[in-house]
Formats: sequence, C-alpha cells, structure tokens
Amino acid sequence: MATETAAAHGEEGGLVFHPMDQFIVKPLFGDGAVHWYTITNATLWMALAVIAIFALMVLATSRRATIPSKGQSIAELAYGFVYKMVEDVAGKDAVGFFPYVMTLFMFIVFANFLGLLPMSFTTTSHFAVTVVLALAVFLTVTIYGFMKNGSKFLGLFWVSSAPLPLRPILAIIELISYFVRPVSHSIRLAGNVMAGHAVIKVFAGFAAIAVISPVSIVAITAMYGLEVLVAFIQAYVFTILTCVYLKDALHPGH
Amino acid sequence: MATAQGDGLADATGVAEHAAGSAPGMPQLNFDHWGNQIFWLIVTLVAIYFILSRVALPRISAVLAERAGTITNDIAAAEDLKRKAQEAEAAYEKALADARVEANKIVADTRAEIQADLDKATAKADAEIAAKAAEGEKAIAEIRANALENIEVVAKDTAEAVITSLGFTADAKAVDAAVTSRMKG
Repeated sequence: MATETAAAHGEEGGLVFHPMDQFIVKPLFGDGAVHWYTITNATLWMALAVIAIFALMVLATSRRATIPSKGQSIAELAYGFVYKMVEDVAGKDAVGFFPYVMTLFMFIVFANFLGLLPMSFTTTSHFAVTVVLALAVFLTVTIYGFMKNGSKFLGLFWVSSAPLPLRPILAIIELISYFVRPVSHSIRLAGNVMAGHAVIKVFAGFAAIAVISPVSIVAITAMYGLEVLVAFIQAYVFTILTCVYLKDALHPGH
Repeated sequence: MATAQGDGLADATGVAEHAAGSAPGMPQLNFDHWGNQIFWLIVTLVAIYFILSRVALPRISAVLAERAGTITNDIAAAEDLKRKAQEAEAAYEKALADARVEANKIVADTRAEIQADLDKATAKADAEIAAKAAEGEKAIAEIRANALENIEVVAKDTAEAVITSLGFTADAKAVDAAVTSRMKG
C-alpha cells in the first residue's frame, strides 16, 4: 500500500499525506458495497492469522517430539507463557478459561505482527475488532461473576476495608471504573497499533522530498522497531488485563 | 469525520470514494464497515478457539506432560544406576579387603610352617652335632689313654736304654717301678 500511495502522490507532486488510507476496509473482489458477508481485506488478514496460528500450533507440533523442533518450541513457549499468566494472575481455578485467553492472545499477537508486514491490513487497528474483543471479556467476566458468586459479586464495588462514610463514594467510583474497563481495554490496543502505523506512513510521506528522505527512512526504521515491541506488548497487556478481570469474577472483593 | 460523511452519503458513493484511495477522517469510525469486520472477527475467533481447544492445546499439554514424565523417569533411572554403581564399588572394596586378609593369613601360616620346619631341622642338626661331639670326645679319650700307655712303655724303654748306655745293667723291674712312680708324681 505504501508504494501505491507514494506512486500516486509522486505524480501529483508536493507533499500529500494519507496516513489513514491503510486502514480502509475494501472488498477483496470487485468494487461493490461492503456488506456484512463481503470478503474484504479484513477477512483476508484475519484468515491469514488463522492460517499462521494453525501452522504454528498444529503443524509445527504434529511430531509431538519429546525433544522439540524450533516451531514446536515456540508453540510450547506460547502455551507456557499464557498458561502461567492465567494461573499466576487469575488463579488456579481460572485455568478453565485458558483456551479462551489463549485464543485472544494468539489472535492479537498474530494480527499485530501480520499487520507489520508492508502492504498489509492491520485488523487490530480497528475499534470494530477491539471493541468486540473487549466486550466479550467484559460480558464473560460480568456474567460468570454473577453466576459463580451471585450477589456477592457486587462486593467488588463495596470497599469493605474503607471507612463507612467513604464507601458510597468509592462504590460510585468503582462502578464507573468497572464500566470504563471495556472502553480502555479496546481503545488501548487499537489506538496503539493505529498510531504507530499512521506515524510510519507520515514519515513515509516525507520521503518524497529527496533531501529529507534519508532521515525519513531512519525514522521509519526506528519506528518500525518500536512497533515490533508495541505489537507484542499490547497483546501481552490485553491478555494480562483479561486475566486481572477474570480474577475479579472468580474472587470479588479487595 | 468519516461517520458524518458515511451517514450522509449513499453507501455506493462512500465506497466509490474509498476505492479512489482517500478517506476523510478515520476509517475506524466508518460504522458501515463494522458489521463486516465483526462478522469475520467472530468467525475467526471461533475458528481459532476450535483449533486451539480441540487440537493444539491438548496436544501441547500432552507433550509437556510426557516430557516431564520422561525427565522424572530418567532422573530416577540415573539414581538407580548410581546406587548400583555404589553397591558394586562396595562389593569390590569388600572383595579386595577379604583377599588382603586371606593373603595375610596365608603369609602367616606359611611363615609358621617354615618356622616349625626350621625348628625341627635345627633340633635334629643339634642332636646330630651333639652325638658327633660325644663320639669325637670318646675317640679323643681313647687316643689319650693309648698315648699315656705308650708314653709309659716309651719311658721305660728309654730309661732302660739310658741306663744301659751308661754302663750299668738295667734291672727291668726296678726301672718299671721307678718310671711308674715318676709318672704318677
């Protein structure tokens, strides 16, 4: 996509920035309208994420070797990483949620890294995606919390360790913070990914000026390195926050 | 923002404009595309969930458990072998000590035997020597007795000869008596 835009704007001359064009959802075949079932570039990159996850987690582990190959080692590392996170943060009784948390982590980390390929489409840069992920966590935590603890789940909002007159005020604050969770949870991921990609595209726009282009390329390289870090860290943050919220559902109270 | 425009314009116009390669504002807030993304996201998540929960996670879990089991078994086997080696070493040491004791005993026995033989031989030799010595003494005594007798005879003969040469007639009996008395004296 970068070359495409660069070429288009090169003909126009001058500096034209379209840093957000990379996020446009387009039908993959033809130019028709985007219906809910249309196969779009978002569909393509989500499918590629599924294929990549399948390749790593199923094909690479197919030998079930006691002495693992490189691929199997990475798959085992991912398994151990998320499993330990769920166990340590959410508690031992939360391991039933491990496949669910693992699904979220694998999707986000693969979508982030696939999004770093040039010309690719980053599915996790869209609020449509992250809001669904965050809402799924929010609803899971809320529904499971009430199912498991009944009305005791409301103890999450009633800070029994605080002095009595403060408790109603704290309850309001806790309630607001509880409902802000899915918002921050989703915007943090999409915002980080989108901002990084947009900044790279802005630097790329400056490369049209011959004098600035070396600086621009160095800046893109540095930014790309940062984005690699962000891609993993944001997946990690999303997953660990999911575990923290699950802990609230399992063990409400402070 | 894109929403305002997306809502205001017909769907087809919006798409045409996007296809041209420039979207005003954030494409993320073009809610026309949310349905599409949410639908495909749910399909994706369900697919990943089934891949992971049905195939990948049980498999990796089994591999990890198997590996842990193998390692535990290997460590146990190694400890077993180590214990066996120590036992073998102890048995070897014991055999060595036994052999040493046995050897010492044999040495002592042999020494005692040799000593006994030696003592016996010494005693026998001593007895023989004593017998030989007694015999010798007896022979010496005999020889001495003979010699005394001979001396007496020689003395008488010599005395007679001396007397005769001096011109006297030797009285044999008187000479004998004189020689015998002298020899006793």
